[in-house]
Amino acid sequence: MSPDPAPPTAGSAVRDRDNAVIDVRALHKSFGANHVLRGIDFHVSRGEVVCVIGPSGSGKSTLLRCINLLEEPQSGQVFLGGVELTDPDVDIDAARRRIGMVFQSFNLFPHLTVLENLTIAQRRVLRRPRQQAEQVARGNLAKVGLSEKAGAYPAQLSGGQQQRAAIARSLSMGPEVMLFDEPTSALDPELVGDVLAVMRDLAAEGMTMMVVTHEMSFAREVANRVVFMDGGVVVEEGSPEQVIAAPRHERTRSFLARVLDPAAAAGPIE
Amino acid sequence: MTSRLADAGGSAGVRRSRLTRRQRRRISLGIQYAVFVAVVAILAALADWHTLRQNFARGEIAREMFPDVLTVALKNTVIYTLTGFAAGLVLGVLIALMRLSSVPPYRWVAMAYVEIFRGLPALLIFIFVGVGVPLAFPGITIPGGTVGKVALALALVSAAYMAETVRAGIQAVPRGQREAARSLGMSSGRAMVSIIIPQAFRIIIPPLTNELVLLFKDSSLVLFLGVQLEDRELTKFGRDLASTKANITPILIAGLCYLVITVPLSYLARRLEAHNAKANA
Repeated sequence: MSPDPAPPTAGSAVRDRDNAVIDVRALHKSFGANHVLRGIDFHVSRGEVVCVIGPSGSGKSTLLRCINLLEEPQSGQVFLGGVELTDPDVDIDAARRRIGMVFQSFNLFPHLTVLENLTIAQRRVLRRPRQQAEQVARGNLAKVGLSEKAGAYPAQLSGGQQQRAAIARSLSMGPEVMLFDEPTSALDPELVGDVLAVMRDLAAEGMTMMVVTHEMSFAREVANRVVFMDGGVVVEEGSPEQVIAAPRHERTRSFLARVLDPAAAAGPIE
Repeated sequence: MTSRLADAGGSAGVRRSRLTRRQRRRISLGIQYAVFVAVVAILAALADWHTLRQNFARGEIAREMFPDVLTVALKNTVIYTLTGFAAGLVLGVLIALMRLSSVPPYRWVAMAYVEIFRGLPALLIFIFVGVGVPLAFPGITIPGGTVGKVALALALVSAAYMAETVRAGIQAVPRGQREAARSLGMSSGRAMVSIIIPQAFRIIIPPLTNELVLLFKDSSLVLFLGVQLEDRELTKFGRDLASTKANITPILIAGLCYLVITVPLSYLARRLEAHNAKANA
């Protein structure tokens, strides 16, 4: 179904911060007494696909949500292309246009058709004329294989189709980087493949991506770099070969054992 | 209690009751029907049918009411209600947004408004608008004549209820909708207008329809504003005619006119509610 992803440029990019699209420094985030992120340093370079893995409650989704400031961190900095988003004087709406975000629960707008879902922000935020917005939208629908669903409402789509429409919605804004927050966790197993195929295609095109996921095979095949988080810190990171195939830390090893061998898992992971 | 237990364990346990479940159900239904028939019969026997017909259903008085009861009274009732509803909805949305504001004084004002106007009888508000406003602001007349005054009074009454309904609707829209809108670069206000409020309104159309039914009835309070002949609505119209003719028939006809509007509206509200419930299932 899907073309092979671009071969990963192995661990060489790990500390290449000059080229970082997203750069996170010493990030702390608490919800009340719950200290979720405990000093995160993290970056995504241009054209890189970074998969963030880790047990539930490890803070990986919170990290992703802090990057476009859906959650406001207590301290630390987030940079997008060298501009500090955590600076209160920065226009966060303008920054968010450059960051695509895909949610676990799709979050399509149920009162709008698929096409309108893809055009509303283009028209209201980017002020594109209707014709141009629809042209962009139809291009992206074709890309995710949903051309014939343009006039449908989200409730008429399967979960996999909804998630692909949500990806197309983000792409229609022409983002520099895409954030995926467990994009396949809410899907029936047989629908996961289509969504992952779309993401593989995106990666192959050179899109910069940060993916919070439990899909280890996706991480192994597509990621340039895998980051393992636990307890609000980055425990280890490196190429998929290093982190998934030969983890150095005990916490990484026990997590991977649980995820890769479902029989050993005590319960469902998130 | 014991017999029910016996039933539950019917096959295994001992039968303590002499009646089967079917027999008991038959007796219970029989008693309920008997009571119903008895009450209707007693009421029918006690009523003085001749006087009732004389007072409530005089055909020639009813005929005399037409067409004015429709072309003036019902029309005015509809106009008062719809203008009041529209004004109340605008004010209600404004107050709902104030209640959700991050600026505390806005929240305080909105909360005070809701508490005060929900706690006051509609009649008092009508008297206040009719008497109080001209006294308090001499030289300023409420635009729109009687319609303007009624719309203002009905808006003040209904806005308090509608604000709470709208607020509940806004809060019922899933958080992810707002997050998705913001992540696409929409400002907070844009997300509210394009994404949140349209969804909130779908949720609250049934309760708003019920509010419209209530307003239809409240529009009868125009009575207390002192209106001119051509501004009379159903209740005032019926009451005036009833006292001229010393007969209740006009009130009955006016009442039927209300029901012609409110019963279908209530039915519509129930349908919409059922539709929403199905869509959310």
